[in-house]
Amino acid sequence: MPPLNSTSPLTAETRHAVSIVLNGTPRTGHAHPRLLLSDFLRHELGAHGTRVGCEHGVCGACTVRIDGVAARACLMLAVQADGRRIDTVEGLAQANEGRMTALQEAFRRHHALQCGFCTAGILMSLTDYLGRNPKPTEEELRDMLSGHLCRCTGYAGIVRAVMDVTGRTMKEAAHV
Amino acid sequence: MTATQTATRTIELEGDPAQSAAAPFVGRAMPRVEDAALLTGVARYADDLPVKPGTLHAAILRSPHAHADLLGIDTAAALTVPGVAAVVTGADAKRLASAFLVGIRAPMEHWCLAIDRVRHVGEPVAVVLADSRYQAEDALDRIEVRYRPLPPVTSITQALEEGSEPLHPAVGSNLVNSRSFRYGNPEAAFARAARTVSVEVEYPRNSCTPMECFVVLADYDAAEDSYEVLSNFSGPFAVHPVMARALNVPGSRLRLKTPPHSGGSFGNKQAVFPYVVLMGLCARVAGRPVKWVEDRLEHLMAATSATARRMRIDAAVEPDGRVLALRMEQTEDCGAYLRAPEPASLYRNHGNLTGAYDIPDLAVTNRIVVTNKTPTGLNRGFGGGQLYYGLERLMNRVAAELGLDPLDIIRRNLVAAEAMPYRTASGGTLDSGDYRATLEQAVREGALDALKARRDALRAEGRLYGIGYAAVVEPSISNMGYITTVLTAEERRKAGPKNGAQATASVAVDPTGGVSVTVASAPQGQGHRTVLAQVVADVFGLRFEDIRVNTDLDTGKDAWSIASGNYSSRFAGAVAGAAQVAATRLRGRMAALVAGQLNCRADDVRFAAGKVFSDANPDNSLSFSRVAAAGHWAPGMLPDGQEAALRETAFWTPEPLKAPTDADHINSSACYGFIFDFCGVEIDRTTGALRIDRYVTMHDAGRLLNPLLVEGQILGGFAHAVGTALYEEYAYGDDGRFLSGTFADYLVPTACEVPVPVILHRESPSPVTPLGAKGVGEGNCMSTPVCLANAVADALSGIAVDEVPSLPITPAKLAALIHPPEPPRPASTAGSGENPPPITTPAGRGLTGEGSREVPATPEQVWAILLDPMELAALLPGCEALELVGPNAYRAEVVVGIGPVRGRYTAEVALSDLDPPNALTLTGSGTSALGSGSGTGHVTLERTPTGTRVTYRYGASVGGKVAAVGGRMLDSASRLLIGQFFEKLVARAGGAAAPAERPSLLARLLRLLGVAR
Repeated sequence: MPPLNSTSPLTAETRHAVSIVLNGTPRTGHAHPRLLLSDFLRHELGAHGTRVGCEHGVCGACTVRIDGVAARACLMLAVQADGRRIDTVEGLAQANEGRMTALQEAFRRHHALQCGFCTAGILMSLTDYLGRNPKPTEEELRDMLSGHLCRCTGYAGIVRAVMDVTGRTMKEAAHV
Repeated sequence: MTATQTATRTIELEGDPAQSAAAPFVGRAMPRVEDAALLTGVARYADDLPVKPGTLHAAILRSPHAHADLLGIDTAAALTVPGVAAVVTGADAKRLASAFLVGIRAPMEHWCLAIDRVRHVGEPVAVVLADSRYQAEDALDRIEVRYRPLPPVTSITQALEEGSEPLHPAVGSNLVNSRSFRYGNPEAAFARAARTVSVEVEYPRNSCTPMECFVVLADYDAAEDSYEVLSNFSGPFAVHPVMARALNVPGSRLRLKTPPHSGGSFGNKQAVFPYVVLMGLCARVAGRPVKWVEDRLEHLMAATSATARRMRIDAAVEPDGRVLALRMEQTEDCGAYLRAPEPASLYRNHGNLTGAYDIPDLAVTNRIVVTNKTPTGLNRGFGGGQLYYGLERLMNRVAAELGLDPLDIIRRNLVAAEAMPYRTASGGTLDSGDYRATLEQAVREGALDALKARRDALRAEGRLYGIGYAAVVEPSISNMGYITTVLTAEERRKAGPKNGAQATASVAVDPTGGVSVTVASAPQGQGHRTVLAQVVADVFGLRFEDIRVNTDLDTGKDAWSIASGNYSSRFAGAVAGAAQVAATRLRGRMAALVAGQLNCRADDVRFAAGKVFSDANPDNSLSFSRVAAAGHWAPGMLPDGQEAALRETAFWTPEPLKAPTDADHINSSACYGFIFDFCGVEIDRTTGALRIDRYVTMHDAGRLLNPLLVEGQILGGFAHAVGTALYEEYAYGDDGRFLSGTFADYLVPTACEVPVPVILHRESPSPVTPLGAKGVGEGNCMSTPVCLANAVADALSGIAVDEVPSLPITPAKLAALIHPPEPPRPASTAGSGENPPPITTPAGRGLTGEGSREVPATPEQVWAILLDPMELAALLPGCEALELVGPNAYRAEVVVGIGPVRGRYTAEVALSDLDPPNALTLTGSGTSALGSGSGTGHVTLERTPTGTRVTYRYGASVGGKVAAVGGRMLDSASRLLIGQFFEKLVARAGGAAAPAERPSLLARLLRLLGVAR
């Protein structure tokens, strides 16, 4: 990963060129050192699919993959992302010949989204997570999802969709 | 139907083309047309839409004080910050705008910017407009505002006190409205009844906090004196006239648009309206377009809140548990301003105050108070959560006091099916349903017997397990006249009648035969486009995908009315109904035009499978697209005197919604669904942690238009209710400081906290709405908090009789009930034995501490250190400068960091109660752009054989932004800072360093908190 302007320190007043590989395509934009990665993606590169819900790292809406690993775009500066590979929600279908992935399809089928504002972040976390843990138990899945806030769905549809796509069944109020 | 069953049904339907072709779409679990755009990231929310070149970005300076006179604002330094174009203040608002209309007759003024007083933490005081948001926020720190703090009013109790500082001096009291209502003969019923059972409850402040915050894009056209605004405003559009009037223009000169997608509202986005006006004003002052995106701290601190309510209810009860009459006293905390559409939360349920019960006599007193807190507004279930928390706790109390089964009390009082439509005491008309049968169905299908057996088994093991019940009616489609119940009949006569609930929908056919639908429902994620496509496809016999629905609203072009928007669960009943009315009318006109060609009467023309034909001769059909397009291409061929059937706009209002009567009877909503819930909860005896073991929720919401979406609404409402019941609260200090400014402080339940309820349905179509549908999305916010609370009461029944902690029911509160109070702490080993004066601090983030240390110096030497300004400066943590401003009074420049928030404070420090060389009091207070802090410490010096024992006790509090976002870290950070002061004092006097176990932890915490490097 090449450091940005490798020899000179960044100056607060000037915009610096930041180059990333966004969903497989090299993109360059300019950023003041304090510009958040989330703002850089959305307003400098026009990748609006990443949403901003809290800007303090709790809600998870802005989650993207940085060199494959899910991370909050609101807790990172754009200049820190220079030279990295960034994957966002826009890239999921692009990488699947323009069709929604099985996970996206399952979200639709199971009504796993309503307003959709938290959805991009959840999808990006899940694609990273399911790559490492392809068949999570419901408990494991809920634990992972607890890094995301959703105000519409009560999470039931999200859990259902993931369990469907991973071939597991979900327990529903099975205590009695 | 459980969640799994609905999902299975969806999948089956998708895979069964035969059924897809034949069956109507309404009633089917159709996946949504909205989802593809949302899942692939191409959906456009308000912050994603393009802005005009030259657009300025706004940042808002907000009050750090709960209550203060606003003495002056100096914007000169802010205007020198690079990129800043303008700074807008209350003076501009006074010059170019007007105060907002208020829903009650009282001289209260609310402006889009504070004029001469601030009344809650977070109230907008000034706006910086700059080339970027980052620059605008830089400049906020450069605005100098002078305040004179006033005593804050932070509780209902305090607001009702005679001597409380009036927020609005012209009103003279913080009790701004009081009305009493009497229906039937409640006095006689109470006199006749065997006993009176009472509850007194308080409902806290909380909010549904949509994931997307507020967004406003505003532009002003000076040539036409008109405003064009795009905002994720949700309605009610009754607020549009309020906004236009505040901007001093007629409604036609405030063109308000909504974006294609909105990131949730739950009622909250009603409260963006003051910012629509504020940004309109800013655009006018700056002469350039303006964009503002609310951040999360702003949203939590100052956007809106559910009302807090204190409620006392008395029930006149017969020995068998039959309730004859109710006497209610409701006191509503609406915050600093009564902002439109408040007092909606207090009056929304006025027609259904007796809930699902047949209670003929009713006395009500409604009071509205103002407090130094965020103004309140619509919030999923608004008013219902508050009402039923009282009413259903009361029914549980009746059972507890009579020693009867709570379920039998509910059964005994439910409105009978034969009584439908049932007129309530206060004038509501419960439109349909068989409440008793619905309850029994839930008991059966939800397996209540098995749950009771489980409770018995677990209790036998010594575990705390309880079952709770709640029965409520869920009002939907608000009567636009209900809020006027707050006025007297005389005042209403003067104001003119208000009633009804106009819904609008337009259906059009285009030159290719395509069908489009536009509505003014301002959806926020529910799936309105999907349901409308289902409804209209059925009317025309077309495919689901043939119908294109547009829900963007533009008040300059679309059909709308004051009831438009997304609130009070009006979509399924009113808006989908209006779309069906419009489509049916358009179809009727098309049938009339084509009847001649088909050699039949218009009544016999059928629309099915994309064809138009005579019922008598289906083979002789025309394609729908040809019939539809004819009006565009060949208007010359129309039968004489008939116009083409190209577009139809329907305005539909529910017939039963009348204005309040002179006796204050009001049918406050068009429809009333019925919900019966029961649940089992277990409380950990040691920790107080509550676990929802099973939750069954039975809904009768009339006809279900799309069961998949209905289920989504119930699951979402349930999740919000779990948050309300167990986790969420907008917390304030006694001085009005706001304490829950991040999602790490305001606890939204995650996937680990929200169980999946068992959802059951019964369908009793509403006779009021065109499709028989009623609202369904808010019900669990009304039923679930109290159902859980009743379960808690049952779980604790071995410990207390029908006692429940206040909402949210946290483990700490439960543990306090389970465990007896701890024995008092042993008397302090420090000090002379004579107690120094008690130190009081405001509750909330206030903190106290004490300590003592032996130093090898005489009391006189220690005394000299404390009274020497140079020495004092060295002792104060982060002190960069100290100047003497009076006898023993100093002004200090202090830099302090709490977590991520590091700020420079100007602190006033004073020494008092001087008793040389034995005791003194040190007081300090400081303010900065980040907030304020104050503290008091008592120091006593006691001579010992080897030197002096220094004993200190202190109390401190911190407010403003630092309190709101750094709350979790504040106590430990403040304790460390104060500890540092006294440690330095001890060290300066030649004492030993802090005890051995302290430093490593201290240093670690300091680094963690950013206090030390």
